[in-house]
Amino acid sequence: MKSSKEVGIKGYAGYVPRYRISPTEIGEVWGKDGARMGKGLNIQSKSVPSPDEDVISISIQAAKWAVKRAKLRGEDIGAIYVGSESHPYAVKPTATIVAAAVGATPYLTAADYEFACKAGTAAFQTCMGLVASGMIKNGMAIGSDTSQGAPGDALEYSAAAGGAAFIIGADDLIAKINYTTSFTTDTPDFWRREGQKYPSHGGRFTGQPAYFKHIAGCTNVLFEETGTEPDDFDYAVFHQPNGKFPVKIAKKMGFTMEQIGPGLLVPRIGNTYSGAVPLGLAATLDVAEPGSRILVTSYGSGAGSDSFDIEVTDRIEEIRERDVPSVEDVISNSVYISYAMYAKFREKIDRGEW
Amino acid sequence: MTIPRFWREIKQRYKGIGVECGNCQRVYFPPREVCPHCRRESIGKMKERELTGKGKVITYTEIHEPMSDFKMMTPYIMAIVEMDEDVRMTGQLVDIEYEDVEPGLEVDVTIRRLGEESPSGIIYYGYKFVPIR
Ligand SMILES: [Zn+2]
Repeated sequence: MKSSKEVGIKGYAGYVPRYRISPTEIGEVWGKDGARMGKGLNIQSKSVPSPDEDVISISIQAAKWAVKRAKLRGEDIGAIYVGSESHPYAVKPTATIVAAAVGATPYLTAADYEFACKAGTAAFQTCMGLVASGMIKNGMAIGSDTSQGAPGDALEYSAAAGGAAFIIGADDLIAKINYTTSFTTDTPDFWRREGQKYPSHGGRFTGQPAYFKHIAGCTNVLFEETGTEPDDFDYAVFHQPNGKFPVKIAKKMGFTMEQIGPGLLVPRIGNTYSGAVPLGLAATLDVAEPGSRILVTSYGSGAGSDSFDIEVTDRIEEIRERDVPSVEDVISNSVYISYAMYAKFREKIDRGEW
Repeated sequence: MTIPRFWREIKQRYKGIGVECGNCQRVYFPPREVCPHCRRESIGKMKERELTGKGKVITYTEIHEPMSDFKMMTPYIMAIVEMDEDVRMTGQLVDIEYEDVEPGLEVDVTIRRLGEESPSGIIYYGYKFVPIR
């Protein structure tokens, strides 16, 4: 899909909570070899939100920084979409609170998106359409999650928290979005029924017919329609539910570790779900040079992928100086906690009535 | 706190919007109707002013006996912060250990959960302070 008008990214920022827990610490509680588990998943630590953090606070922090970086005012934003599978409210949009916090209310359109881990990139595409059609000048797409795995479940070793916000517009671009493709099927690899606290997954069904098929399918159609190949890109960001999958798909498709390195955050922060690809892209933009070309492919269970062909402009250098921390600055500010502390932070302890 | 009151104060809580006296340029947070310095001369001249959110810790203390909304974070730090606009704000200081805080510590405003009405009720968000690193 190519938009009729040039659109792209004007500002961006990522946020990851400060606390970390290691697979070893989790394994100790459940009688598992956590170190081995971590090695198998290629995850050394995962981020844990503080008790006062959730998808709304994470989204607000990323959104405020993105607006600042783009040198915009809140009222310049005509649309806000927040993609997540852990919105604090079942009914009451996260996007309304983010809009108020950045000063974008009341003259904007806003909504929350859900599509497992690719809700954030779905928000990108919506903003691109609204901007290209001329309906709005600037839109904000956010991917953010504080997902949880059931205690003792394999997902508990990876489910983490974080998010990133992107401002999509048509002028003052720091990166152009040349092209986007999507690949969507009905695949029951991972789900959570309404009212359930923890998700269910189809075990081995989550790999080949889900993650790999959709990412490869979506990326290949982008290659075909744009006449590109892996060599044409300086960087690539793939969805990262663990540290193994993105490395495997990158190699299979002909990308090198150098290309995916800057955006591969999962070994240090875990799987941030809807936040994963947006954070990986933000970290890649932090190190990209004018002219750098970035391939991005997200994946959301259920299932679908979105790919983007992104080209960095000269303006990237200017916005780096604007008093907003890089993803690396944010991630490197971390402190390890015990499983007991983690259980308290993530409300895994039944407190009864306080 | 009632929902209507919280909702009326959203601007100050989320955006750190204070007021500036058009007569003497002093900044106030929370907003005031009249400048206590200029009194009558400030009437009609108080205008909204968004704070940068940056400031320095003046004084701080660790709280061990919390209000119920803060139980999950006990012990926690409360700080009085001198904002860049020369106005003082009081708030919780998070993402830092007590022994690492000192007067003069540079902080920035962030928006966090302040509490909730009940597990089925509205969630309150508002400003807290984090160290600038
Ligand atoms: Zn005055």
